[in-house]
Amino acid sequence: MLETIGVRSMSDLLVDIPQSLRLESLQLPDGLSEFETMAHVSDLAARNRVYPDRLTFRGGGVYRRFIPAAVAAVTSKPEFYTAYTPYQAEASQGTLQAIFEYQSLIAELTALDVSNASLYDGATAVAEAAMMAHVHNGRNEVLVSGYVHPEYVQVLRAFGEGRGIKVRKDGEPNKKTAAVIFQQPDFLGLLVDPRALTAAAHDAGALAIACVDPISLAILAPPGEYGADIAVGEGQQLGLAPSFGGPHVGFIACRKELVRKLPGRLVGTAHDAQGRRGFVLALAAREQHIRREKATSNICTNHSLCALAAAVYLTYMGPYGLRQVAEVSFKRAHNLAERLTALPGWEPPFPERQFLNEFPVRVPKAPAVVRRLARKGILGGLEVSRWFRELKGVLTFTCTEVNDARALDELLEALAS
Amino acid sequence: MTEPLSFELSRPAVDPPRLPEADVAGPNPSDVLPREALRSRPPGLPRLSEPEIMRHYSRMASLNYSISENFYPLGSCTMKYNPVLNEAAAALPGFAGLHPYQDEDTVQGALELMWRLERALCAIVGVDRVTLQPAAGAHGEWTALRMIAAFHHSRKETRTEVLVPDSAHGTNPASAALSGFHVVEVKSGLDGRISLADLESKLSPQTAALMLTNPNTLGLFEREILDIAEMVHATGAMLYYDGANLNAFMGICRPGDMGFDAVHMNLHKTFTTPHGGGGPGAGPVGVKAELVPFLPSPTVERANGHLTLDYKRPQSIGRVRSFYGNFGMLVRAYTYILAMGGDGLSQASQDAVLSANYLRKLVEGDLEMPHDGPCMHEFVASAHNLHENGVRALDVAKALLDRQFYAPTVYFPLVVPEAIMVEPTETESKATLDSFAQAIKEIVAQARTDPQGLHDEPKNLPVGRLDEVTAARRINAYLQGQSEDPILGWKAPSGNPSEEVC
Repeated sequence: MLETIGVRSMSDLLVDIPQSLRLESLQLPDGLSEFETMAHVSDLAARNRVYPDRLTFRGGGVYRRFIPAAVAAVTSKPEFYTAYTPYQAEASQGTLQAIFEYQSLIAELTALDVSNASLYDGATAVAEAAMMAHVHNGRNEVLVSGYVHPEYVQVLRAFGEGRGIKVRKDGEPNKKTAAVIFQQPDFLGLLVDPRALTAAAHDAGALAIACVDPISLAILAPPGEYGADIAVGEGQQLGLAPSFGGPHVGFIACRKELVRKLPGRLVGTAHDAQGRRGFVLALAAREQHIRREKATSNICTNHSLCALAAAVYLTYMGPYGLRQVAEVSFKRAHNLAERLTALPGWEPPFPERQFLNEFPVRVPKAPAVVRRLARKGILGGLEVSRWFRELKGVLTFTCTEVNDARALDELLEALAS
Repeated sequence: MTEPLSFELSRPAVDPPRLPEADVAGPNPSDVLPREALRSRPPGLPRLSEPEIMRHYSRMASLNYSISENFYPLGSCTMKYNPVLNEAAAALPGFAGLHPYQDEDTVQGALELMWRLERALCAIVGVDRVTLQPAAGAHGEWTALRMIAAFHHSRKETRTEVLVPDSAHGTNPASAALSGFHVVEVKSGLDGRISLADLESKLSPQTAALMLTNPNTLGLFEREILDIAEMVHATGAMLYYDGANLNAFMGICRPGDMGFDAVHMNLHKTFTTPHGGGGPGAGPVGVKAELVPFLPSPTVERANGHLTLDYKRPQSIGRVRSFYGNFGMLVRAYTYILAMGGDGLSQASQDAVLSANYLRKLVEGDLEMPHDGPCMHEFVASAHNLHENGVRALDVAKALLDRQFYAPTVYFPLVVPEAIMVEPTETESKATLDSFAQAIKEIVAQARTDPQGLHDEPKNLPVGRLDEVTAARRINAYLQGQSEDPILGWKAPSGNPSEEVC
């Protein structure tokens, strides 16, 4: 090959690199065989403690759910996972159609007009939605109402700082407010009144951004039904492993009037000369590779494969499977809440508020409770005082279809012992 | 062949999958929640049996080109082979099953992996610390610029401009603008490298940073990088490295030694985590000591063999993503680095440069080469010479698709007319490069004799060229309320809504 190129050695190809910059070698160990590599990586994996699904009662944004085998069977197809961004549409119809189906599923679930092809996670989805509102109405403040996931708010602040957008916690929206952001159910698992929050936002001329749990939408009114302008959320529960927090997928959907401000890729239908339907990247003029510094967002690579997993999950479940999963979780969580709040000193901090499958309990000696459960192999409630000082001693517990009746008994037995 | 949508295949007679029953006493949602809180109709999700779902997605998979089946010489994207070992590692229950809010004592292996990956990346690019939080390259760019803004702010300096070369990827100016900076473009000279004269005229006390990739998007090494770094630093600005082209020089040289202060890396390019049809990736950012205080929170720290997450970072730009980044992708990249080792990574970059120069040589008689070689890991050719036959870069791209090759990046960088940007990577054999060059020769020959034939390609794919102009017009009509045809999603034919009320 060197001969064809017409040079004598590799260094002839590297002549443009100043000698003073050339390295002898990398300060890294030499490579390993596959067997040794896997042994090393497996050792690291073995140094982590994995709690069984059925004994995991901790949520806080990442949940254990039943993942149908069909999901991994599809996402592990190399035709999907080793493909690139579908810039050449004719050779990427599988990926493009999968994204189109994902967009359609998210639009159905949220009852909004248009979903994009995916974002990184729930946190950046909240931040991107706030940027949309800012660009839409030119206002410089976003109002975060209630217990929105604290890490989502942290990411929102970091995003807002670059754009000169202030993040205000609680209070009433006013004429400076670009958007009111709320989470349904909120970070503690409690239900908010999305109709009232949406109406308050609109009365102040602000947009309403609903951060929603996708599985909850099998039960709860979707954002489109109560007039929210943008729906966002974390899609991990739609067929993705916890994986220490990622990769998961952020979703975002909006009313059609806002589509031109929607960040990221969008897939639409088109036809070829023979009239065959195909799928293409649409409205690319919003994006960074065309608009450069005037783009609505800088996002390029998104979470396409995770969106594919979500599409397979939702298609597998269908409307009634999804509802079954949501209702089983609801029933078990209410059963557990009743039993936990019957324990001496265990109190619901917000007894008047409803929940679905995650709920807060104020617990005597919360850290000791969590440690005791861990000794019994149970990943117990999440201590939310880490983020909210006023919630000292409050643990949130989560129940889904993976926490069977016997697991609930084991949790109660561990607490009684 | 095309595949119907899952929505079109849906049959109301399909039963839902068998799922667990509650098996405990508890209320139904409608027993305790107010009616207005409930969904009025079930979501219109498709209803398919598992065999139908599997066939549906298998048929869709067969409509894709992918690195597992096709050569993907996509310039600036580094489409190399994705080792299957990476997938096995990320799927280990000890990683995939971890909840992000487990106690630190129970996730020591995961934190150790992150710490070691950080150390390895520091060694490869020559920086002091790395944040693993950003989810993709653009996210990393933005994170780095936020740190640079915080650095200047900490010194009570107001610097409002970021300089970006005209050959830069679109994410560079977009990330700069989203970080609150005004973007100033720096021109390339005739040799394809940044014009030092133009740079000099654009640098000012307002300059916060210069964003650069080296080798640049033309695949050319910026020979005067040390002078550039000196000029930038002399004004008090910082030098930012776009890691899109890192595959060119692992073990050969390091951005940190060139004078770059912040460096983003695309684990989904250089470090073989799969592209997944457009993500997930990971975009870690490395920084020199002066930027370390501003790293996103938390960082991973190690003392006496014990690993912790450090949230007490008063000067941090905050959090840029939930949890700790795309951990599953970090496992894959770490596995790759471990298997390759320092020796293997150095060899990989040398082979990538060799492949690019070899392929460049094979096609230089067929396409225009606007810049002199040698190139680094990629090269930019131009189809401008086919213009007289009415053939464009897009036609060459589509004709390659018909010959089982994915197309190179076309019309980028913007500074080269009819650009065809080719990055073969080190994982392709000489035989593949030869057959690709042969395909280019045939296409160029056809451009002289039968240009119309090229306009009609691709002919062998599931669909021919799609009419994006008409599609855009229909989308506009929909967005302006002039049409009910949604185009951007499936919609049930009117008069056939979801069948029942909840």
